[in-house]
Amino acid sequence: MAERILDVKNLEINFHTYAGDVKAIRDVSFHLNKGETLAIVGESGSGKSVTTKSLMGLLANNAEVMGGSIMYHGKDILKNSEKQMQNIRGKEIAMIFQDPMTSLDPTMKIGQQIAEPLIKHKKIEKKKAWAQALDILKLVGITNAEERIKDYPHQFSGGQRQRIVIAIALVCYPEILIADEPTTALDVTIQAQILQLMKELQSKIETSIIFITHDLGVVAGMADRVAVMYAGQIVEYGTVDEIFYNPQHPYTWGLLNSMPTLTSTTLEAIPGTPPDLLDPPKGDAFAARNPYAMKIDVEQKPPFFKVSDTHYAATWLLHPDAPKVTPPKEIVRRHQLFAKMTAHESV
Amino acid sequence: MRKYLLKRVFYMILTLFLVATITFFLMKLMPGTPYSNQEKMTPHQIQIMNEQYGLNKPIWMQYLLYLLGMLHGDLGTSFQFSNQPVSYLISSRIGASAQLGIQAMIFGIFFGVIVGSIAAINRNTWIDTTSTVLSIIGKSVPNFVLAVLLQYYIALKLGWFPIADWGGFSYTILPTIALGVGPLAETARFIRTGMVDVLNSDYIELAKSKGLSRFGIVYHHALRNSLIPLVTLIGPYTVALMTGSMVIENIFSIPGIGEQFVKSILTNDYPTIMGVTMLFSAGLVAVILLTDIIYGIIDPRIRLSGNED
Ligand SMILES: Nc1ncnc2c1ncn2[C@@H]1O[C@H](COP(=O)(O)OP(=O)(O)OP(=O)(O)O)[C@@H](O)[C@H]1O
Ligand SMILES: [Mg+2]
Repeated sequence: MAERILDVKNLEINFHTYAGDVKAIRDVSFHLNKGETLAIVGESGSGKSVTTKSLMGLLANNAEVMGGSIMYHGKDILKNSEKQMQNIRGKEIAMIFQDPMTSLDPTMKIGQQIAEPLIKHKKIEKKKAWAQALDILKLVGITNAEERIKDYPHQFSGGQRQRIVIAIALVCYPEILIADEPTTALDVTIQAQILQLMKELQSKIETSIIFITHDLGVVAGMADRVAVMYAGQIVEYGTVDEIFYNPQHPYTWGLLNSMPTLTSTTLEAIPGTPPDLLDPPKGDAFAARNPYAMKIDVEQKPPFFKVSDTHYAATWLLHPDAPKVTPPKEIVRRHQLFAKMTAHESV
Repeated sequence: MRKYLLKRVFYMILTLFLVATITFFLMKLMPGTPYSNQEKMTPHQIQIMNEQYGLNKPIWMQYLLYLLGMLHGDLGTSFQFSNQPVSYLISSRIGASAQLGIQAMIFGIFFGVIVGSIAAINRNTWIDTTSTVLSIIGKSVPNFVLAVLLQYYIALKLGWFPIADWGGFSYTILPTIALGVGPLAETARFIRTGMVDVLNSDYIELAKSKGLSRFGIVYHHALRNSLIPLVTLIGPYTVALMTGSMVIENIFSIPGIGEQFVKSILTNDYPTIMGVTMLFSAGLVAVILLTDIIYGIIDPRIRLSGNED
């Protein structure tokens, strides 16, 4: 069994606001295996960024962790002091941000921005740090790196800047890399290059990645496992194949249905909007938008039902007493493919 | 870059020429004459005096002569201050004014940046509120009121500093504070706003994710980025300090340009008014150019466009 380097259990996070407490993360549990890429997908506002910020200890001032634990190397990160978190950030857990146009300091040479984590964590002098910064800059594919290391962010294109942000994140060879929608702000060809780069670097640097996205399209080529988030909860998780070809939760169906594929020409966005997290519904949070919703969905929160050793989904449809429903056509097609794939494997 | 500088210097000279022209003719419209005891003078005496100072010539002639003199560094002779050349009056008094102005500027910006940064880091706490209230007070209390209060309580009552006059460094402290509190309050308010924005920016989030300490983040990333917009205030500060110095120098009996300027206006001492106006204008125009150069030094994005120019 794979080694778990991160284990999040029953995480609950509220934001205090004037309107009341926003219950942004509600009983979230997941883990990260060594060397793997875990994708967290979900619509805007589902709590992906809040989850990852809690791993870094970088929650906003009005956030309060109501419960749960984040075990990392046998210690609960949530109990760490700010000082202890500073020693983890950038060294053991690093982060890539969404918008490369705004995430670099406009008044500092990129060499210094890359060298900073080294100077802080490895206690090496500036010259040595710059030398290592140069190595990593070459590694992320900046051409003419010797010259360009002295340039400022505005002298680089968006794609190049994201490479620099990646260089900053990887310069201390972190154990965990969190990428929060690292390609959303880039155009499609650059997107593919950055994803390719991340995959290459992952094998070189041997880091585990948490990859956040609302775009299932980029998940297939990147991730080993996928967790699907909705309204502050994880509703389904499994291997990439399980989520893509044997999805069980109607929300996952909706996400896959709204994804452009070779066979489907029409996009079907999930109708409706997510619930208000100031006052989340007590049953299945997706019930109001779920065409397959049953009475119990409104009344009681579904537990996780096991689909396989690696695959769980929180939907009453998996209850033994639930009526059999026929998923959307596209999902049925995927289920059939999955049946073929598994039949093939078992031969 | 050189072409850019040449262009800027040309515009500076043009500006000064316009200032000289406008001031010269406006001054001629001022009521009164330079002679304090005109009632007791005979028309003949007045005529002799006018001839001596060149006031009998047509105005356009006076104007051309003045411009010509200025090109040679000759600003005319003061009517009032024992017939000394204006250029000598200015050069003998500029030291005190410049020292006071520079000290006030440094005092205001230095403490303003500190107060503003502390307020921004502790935003929406009592520290922030206190600093905001103090800034508003500092900005709205006129500097002459502050000067008199300082003079009365700190110098007269407590006796910590000399009441007035110009001697060693201790003489400069109260006038520096009186003159510098306005810029201090303005700077604090400005830095506070700027730094709150900067602290909410993505690159600060990234700096945090590197594991930098709070101090490291403020010192290495937030401060420089919040200081950039402050550069635009150096020009207005210079104006404030120049005008402020007229009052403050009078209150503290400092033998500076400001004090002299006030006297020269009260006595229609045309050459001195002209001279000091030209000095202030030249100073201001130079500061504006300097501001742009400093801008280019601390903001790399502007440096690039400067090179392209
Ligand atoms: N500082 C805050 N104060 C109040 N509510 C907040 C705060 N930060 C986040 N939230 C709320 O928490 C919820 C989850 O936000 P989060 O940023 O994690 O969403 P996300 O899944 O990352 O979405 P996106 O795809 O748009 O980035 C949202 O409802 C959001 O409004
Ligand atoms: Mg987000």
